[in-house]
Amino acid sequence: MSDTLPTRQAYRNRLVELLPEHERAICLDTDTGLFSGVDFGSAAERYVNIGIAEHNLMGMAAGMAASGWTPYVNTMAAFATSRAIEAIKIDIAYNAVPVRIMATHGGLSAGHLGPTHQCLEDLAVMRALPNMTVVVPADAEATTALVDDSLTLPGPLYVRLGRKATPPLPGAERPVIGKLQRLRPGTEVVIVACGPYPVHAALQAADQLTGLDVGVVNAHTLKPFDVAGLLDATAGARLVVTVEEHWRSGGLGAAVTETLAEHNPIHVSRIGMPDTFAGYVGSQQDLLEHYGITADAVVQAVHQQLTATR
Amino acid sequence: MTLTAGPGTEELKAHALRIRERIVDVCATPEGGHLGGSLSLVEVLTSLYFDIMRVDPGHPDDPERDIFLLSKGHAAIGLYCTLAERGFFDPEELSGYATTGSRFMAHPVKAVPGVEMPTGSLGHGPALAIGFALAARLSGSARRTFVAIGDGEMQEGSVWEGAMGAAALGLDNLVAIVDRNGLQLTGATEDIVPMESVGERWRSFGWAVREVDGQDIAQVRAALAETPWEPGRPSVLVARTTKGAGVPFVAGNAKSHYVNFTERQHGRARSALRRSAPRGGGDE
Repeated sequence: MSDTLPTRQAYRNRLVELLPEHERAICLDTDTGLFSGVDFGSAAERYVNIGIAEHNLMGMAAGMAASGWTPYVNTMAAFATSRAIEAIKIDIAYNAVPVRIMATHGGLSAGHLGPTHQCLEDLAVMRALPNMTVVVPADAEATTALVDDSLTLPGPLYVRLGRKATPPLPGAERPVIGKLQRLRPGTEVVIVACGPYPVHAALQAADQLTGLDVGVVNAHTLKPFDVAGLLDATAGARLVVTVEEHWRSGGLGAAVTETLAEHNPIHVSRIGMPDTFAGYVGSQQDLLEHYGITADAVVQAVHQQLTATR
Repeated sequence: MTLTAGPGTEELKAHALRIRERIVDVCATPEGGHLGGSLSLVEVLTSLYFDIMRVDPGHPDDPERDIFLLSKGHAAIGLYCTLAERGFFDPEELSGYATTGSRFMAHPVKAVPGVEMPTGSLGHGPALAIGFALAARLSGSARRTFVAIGDGEMQEGSVWEGAMGAAALGLDNLVAIVDRNGLQLTGATEDIVPMESVGERWRSFGWAVREVDGQDIAQVRAALAETPWEPGRPSVLVARTTKGAGVPFVAGNAKSHYVNFTERQHGRARSALRRSAPRGGGDE
């Protein structure tokens, strides 16, 4: 399967198209380089590179949003959600203002740049904040649709984007923020995933799990979490497996287990990054393989659990 | 807005005195409160709300209003008492300060009419102010943004992120006021983290700087009335103040930071305010 645009480039391309038409939208950058050489045309004064200052970025975005603007703020996921978290919490989430936090280098996509630039905690951190919408588009096309929807979405939005090209999600319907996306019907085992590689791992695992009725769900919106959609998709299931490019705590696995524990306690096996920093040097795909966020790991988890409970 | 159009200095002093009296009253409510840093800021708040800023208590959301952000959010009592004096809400409401179910928290909340943004975690005001100021400039609005920063607060790195950022953007519709009362929670700022020359630091970051006696309302209003002092640069007023100004038995003492007055102390403070000139300053 050939890769398409990195989700961050899909976002950039769409924002560049949209900015001239939306006079109260503004792009605030922290010298990320994502917009180098971009011509914003008539919207040129609404692209501002404020320098390497993530707290300042979040605070000023909140001030602009409180003045009636919709700022698209740009930094890496690690710097948004760990470094600038207090400004996001107090200035953005507490005020419920429409800031769009466009966070690149999510998950392990920073690859060989190492744990300083990788971000495996963002979904947990952002999901904990009241008023925040948290989204992980699974491919470039979904990212474009999300950027369109973000123009009018009330309140703050966190978008986890990647760094390099990732596989497209062929045939998927246009995602709707807040609604789980059923990619493959199946009720015996349900695999719930988010992000480009985990969703692909889920689909591949479903193909490999012959003899079982396996459903696949793309949980692109972590918050607000589609509780009804999950309960519907998992009704009658023997096993649910979550797959994410995130530490196993606090992210998608947590959202799914919290929901099911309260409403329909099915066993959940969580595939994600072990409780460690990546000490291994490699590309995003190397790291996913090394740390077991793969189709094979899903297949193994399913066999293990179904054997154990037989 | 010109000085001649504004209220007289004596009128401002009368407002300042009433604001101080209310601050002292609030610090005698069951939880007590941040007294010292509220009192030191009274002349700044009075100048802003009764002379300098375009605000309309009847329309707190007026889109053309000027913006004030209390970055040193622990001086919320000072802000609440000023807003009450200005007519944003009934001053009587302040008697319920910090009681169960009250809308008056110890750090500013937007539930209180006139409060623009919640603050209190130090170092957030400058970035917020930049956002308001940039939005105004891009919208072609004459709105100005004012942000009050504590001198101890300048130990937060984000203050300097904002200082650099505002100067880089050339936001001359932005005015910061540093409440230079020289004290923070446990002692003198200069004993904890020396920060003189405060003015030189801001100047080196690209700001236009003026220093005044922050308890002299005529000096404060005169300086604030003339911003921007240099086109293309944000302005910072270093207001040299006294923590606890106006209440002699706490003035200049770090322990004035948070005070829960006994009935007797409350009476002493009220008497002192009655006797003293509204100028305060802690030297009576």
